[in-house]
Amino acid sequence: MIGTGNLVRLALRRDRILLPVWVLFLVSVTYSTTTALEELYATAESRALLGVTANANSAFLAMLGPLHDWSSLGGLVVWRWGVFSGLFIAIMAMLVVTRHTRAEEEAGRTELIAATVVGRYAPLAAAVIVAGGTSLLIGLLQALALIGKGLDAGGSFAFGLSTASVGLVFTGVSALTAQLSENSRVSNALAGGFLGVVYLLRAAGDAAGESGPQWLTWFSPIGWTEHVRSFADDRFWVLLLPLAAFVLLVGVSSAIVSRRDVGLGLLAARLGPPQGTISSPFGLAWRLQKGSLIGWSVALLAVGVIYGSVAQAVGQMVQDNPTLGQIVSKIGGADAMVDAFFATITQLLGLITSIYLVQAILRLRSEETSFRAEPILATPVSRWGWVASHAVFALVGGAVVLAAAGLGLGLVHGLQIDDVGTVLPKMLGAALVQLPAAWVIAGVALVLFGLFPQLTGVSWAVVSVALVLTLLGPALQLDQWMIDISPFTHVPKYPDITFGPLAWLTGVAVVLLVAGFAGFRRRDLTT
Amino acid sequence: MTSAISVSGLVKTFGPTRALDDLNLDVQTGEVHGFLGPNGSGKSTTIRILLGLLRADSGTARLLGGDPWKDTAVLHRRLAYVPGDVNLWPNLTGGEVIDLLGRLRGGLDKARRAELLERFELDPRKKGRTYSKGNRQKVALVAALSSDVELLILDEPTSGLDPLMEAVFQDCINDERERGRTVLLSSHILAEVEALCDRVSIIRSGHIVETGTLADLRHLTRTSISAELAGPPNGLADLAGVHDLVAEGNRVRFEVDSDKLDPVLKQLVSTGVRTLTSQPPTLEELFLRHYEDAK
Repeated sequence: MIGTGNLVRLALRRDRILLPVWVLFLVSVTYSTTTALEELYATAESRALLGVTANANSAFLAMLGPLHDWSSLGGLVVWRWGVFSGLFIAIMAMLVVTRHTRAEEEAGRTELIAATVVGRYAPLAAAVIVAGGTSLLIGLLQALALIGKGLDAGGSFAFGLSTASVGLVFTGVSALTAQLSENSRVSNALAGGFLGVVYLLRAAGDAAGESGPQWLTWFSPIGWTEHVRSFADDRFWVLLLPLAAFVLLVGVSSAIVSRRDVGLGLLAARLGPPQGTISSPFGLAWRLQKGSLIGWSVALLAVGVIYGSVAQAVGQMVQDNPTLGQIVSKIGGADAMVDAFFATITQLLGLITSIYLVQAILRLRSEETSFRAEPILATPVSRWGWVASHAVFALVGGAVVLAAAGLGLGLVHGLQIDDVGTVLPKMLGAALVQLPAAWVIAGVALVLFGLFPQLTGVSWAVVSVALVLTLLGPALQLDQWMIDISPFTHVPKYPDITFGPLAWLTGVAVVLLVAGFAGFRRRDLTT
Repeated sequence: MTSAISVSGLVKTFGPTRALDDLNLDVQTGEVHGFLGPNGSGKSTTIRILLGLLRADSGTARLLGGDPWKDTAVLHRRLAYVPGDVNLWPNLTGGEVIDLLGRLRGGLDKARRAELLERFELDPRKKGRTYSKGNRQKVALVAALSSDVELLILDEPTSGLDPLMEAVFQDCINDERERGRTVLLSSHILAEVEALCDRVSIIRSGHIVETGTLADLRHLTRTSISAELAGPPNGLADLAGVHDLVAEGNRVRFEVDSDKLDPVLKQLVSTGVRTLTSQPPTLEELFLRHYEDAK
């Protein structure tokens, strides 16, 4: 462990911008969500109405979880923001841990460090301290922000610690995945895939309602935060589960560290073919990107299946609840409710898919900075051809991923209501209309790559802004012009598909892509 | 003789750094041209401009009769490149990378590929991430040498190779010369350049300070002489071209400009010579002189 302190300092120095941004983001959204909900649901009646509708709406239940306590403002905040807060802090922990462990090792810098007076466990310990410490700091500041808004201190700490607990669990998860593979990309993909699984486990458990497999939520670190029931019961003892998971995961990771060689993973490398069959830049891009494309397609197919299987329950719930039935009949009846559910879900799927698109585009930059683009561009491959070989995975690959999601939704819901023939094409269409908006995001990423290569990483901020504006914008009572910045705001809502917005979104995407291409054609290769 | 590469007045800046400063370089068709300079002197920047990976701020560069920035794809069909830092795709085997680069260039000689793999003792079945630096370099070398091209651009290609492999590399480059290929070999290993190159250009701070055959360059340097004379070395110190003279009784040690060797030797002979050792100038001395002068 010797040298850990210095490595922590090194990590804080390297992340001196990144970490404060994460802290500021997660704390300020907590504060502004509280402010917005306070104004939006000022009266006890409006809160009670929200309570009935929120807990009866499967789309809400799947996305946000149950609203345990609608009598207090704190309860509303936990419902609207708790799950997302956990998701975001998990991503933070995952990126930070991988960045300071496997990515360093892969780049050969750990070797440089390990040859100095630094203990075997120090790099892992430093990463865990930085990610775990940041998680706790965020939780603490979130609690203080809520107390600052005049909320109950017990509930505020229950909420803040719940968020921190997800950060701790994913610190542990990434510590483990960083040991398994030699590749930081794979390490992040494993941890990210696990995050998707635990989000979906609780989504399925929550959406199923009392009659369904609610116990699934107990298998999810994000589900645990719901079981804390902040502001309702403040069950702090539930937090022992994430704490135990954290200790276990870090323990197992350390055990692996003490057994493996620096630079190698647990999954041993094997020999491959002595001859190659790849003969084009597209062939190379396919080899590099196919794993990610297949993984995303399968994951979104699974998401589609889960949400598709829930849709029917949305209609039934209305029939079971007379109060809700009255409200719903005003907005068009149970069918309209199912449609609204699909509109919300397909938008969410579109947003998730845009993450895949950006990842596919950013591959260009990582190939460039790792000097792997250079030998390819020193062959007769044109700049245009090289960029296109990867961009096609964003543009066409995005369609594949969305179609997989639509297939899952349509097939399962179609089977449930015995009408696959009608439902499947509709759901495929509802998913694919998201594509032009996702293309716009990919276009922005390509513009950054082509014109401002040093700022390519800002693409992630662009995706985050689109996510926050689209998912939280209305709840935060942002001005419409701000919400309009997200291309997903303009996608026509299922089932009223109009082609006008799709055409101009595609136009914007084309302009951005052309600008990105042209920029790259004219610039130097840089690292 | 035609020029395979001809560069004049090339300037390239990165922010405040002037990486290339009025650089002139001429590589003739069929020669092995050494491109010598220490780290950070602008060798790789020049090469990247020649490959159309960077764009020059001003000056002209011609490569195989074309413009390296505009005619990229056409020119790249006729050349092969080995970068100084070879990074491979972690999950592709060495063999797959060799074949990929060869196919992208328009095909490679299978028999030559097999021969080179054997000569360099490279296992093509290993994944990119498991190769050492030297072996990654070999992958790039095999890919370049087994391609049917007119021009090889090699950027410090032997920096990770052991002495045995260095010898194999030198054999391969001599083979290439016999096939009539042009080679631009950037290096800071003087013995390698001395052994291989027909002509040499020395770059310092983005500017070519010396260019010519090794014989031309030697001409500009000094020979070290130590001798025991029959009598005291009178008048030696006054001769033009004699430097660093140390005289102890009848023994002398000094350096002499190579083009002034003749009158100096005549002076020694007129005194009477008992023993004489002379050391020809090495490229290293030439090199060091240029860099020490700069300090």
